[in-house]
Amino acid sequence: MTYTLGQEQLDGIEETLRQDIMSLGVHCALLLDMSGNIISHIDNGEMKHDVYSLAALAAGNFGAVSAMAKIIGEGEFSLLFHKGKRENMHFSKIMNDFLLATIFGKDVSLGFLRLKVADVSEKIQKILES
Amino acid sequence: MAFVNLKTKEIQVKIVYYGPGRGGKTTNLEYIYNKFNNRIKTEMVTIKTHGDRTLFFDFLPFDIGQIKGYNVKIQLYTVPGQVKYNATRRLVLRGVDGMVFVADSMAMRREKNILSLKNLEENLHTYNKSIFKTPLVLQYNKRDLAEQHIPLIPFEVLEKDLNSKLKAPSFEASAVKGTNVVQTMKKIILLTMASLEKELK
Repeated sequence: MTYTLGQEQLDGIEETLRQDIMSLGVHCALLLDMSGNIISHIDNGEMKHDVYSLAALAAGNFGAVSAMAKIIGEGEFSLLFHKGKRENMHFSKIMNDFLLATIFGKDVSLGFLRLKVADVSEKIQKILES
Repeated sequence: MAFVNLKTKEIQVKIVYYGPGRGGKTTNLEYIYNKFNNRIKTEMVTIKTHGDRTLFFDFLPFDIGQIKGYNVKIQLYTVPGQVKYNATRRLVLRGVDGMVFVADSMAMRREKNILSLKNLEENLHTYNKSIFKTPLVLQYNKRDLAEQHIPLIPFEVLEKDLNSKLKAPSFEASAVKGTNVVQTMKKIILLTMASLEKELK
């Protein structure tokens, strides 16, 4: 199955990522699908990550964690977060097929980010369904 | 599940190399990576066990240039071939657009090829996909071993075992030496792009 997103939808997604996520001081926000394709990618201009590899690994990682959850009788783990010394990563599922990954430093509160991500997820869902 | 980005004019396509363990899937990708390293800007991602076997997948993004004004980015993946890794194999298959089945030509691996192809069919079913309707190319790998007098399955037998119903394009190959590795990749890209074009019409 192939799917297409138009200029207007992609502009809308970028705008909400910029306004609601990047404004918190997040270093990089990545919207991808569960096949590992990148839909939208925004960073603060300082990041030089290989985002295609990152997306493939994030999709695989999320799939693996979901499969583990099912094995132990959990529908899904609600918090998916990797903590590093300088950088952290947070993952949030949007509908069944999409994943929002954010990379952020120590100065961003995880709790606040999660609240914002929940907001943004709803907005993106509306855009994707439009 | 290919993704067409109308804003950046980019198409991302997922091609998965499938097949029994130690059949040469990773070697295919390594050959492509070394051969085209001037066009591949990133490192090849591999998730291996300590014993150097594929644990999750290998990943190689590959730009093939423009088709009808769209920049086409092919994402090549391999799956872990070992039987015990079926859960991860299934995960990698999610959203697949085209597949290469890498069969092992060694006579002792005949049964393993048949089982792996059956496993591919079953795993595709979990995503409501049919092996008959998804672009597929068969590659009979390790043909070079004949020079070392290692017993190989004859081409006709491989065709009968694996391809009698599928009738997919097939190549005799040697991933180690690079024989027909690029041809296999070109064929699956061609089939996959044709299938996407048909779908998008």
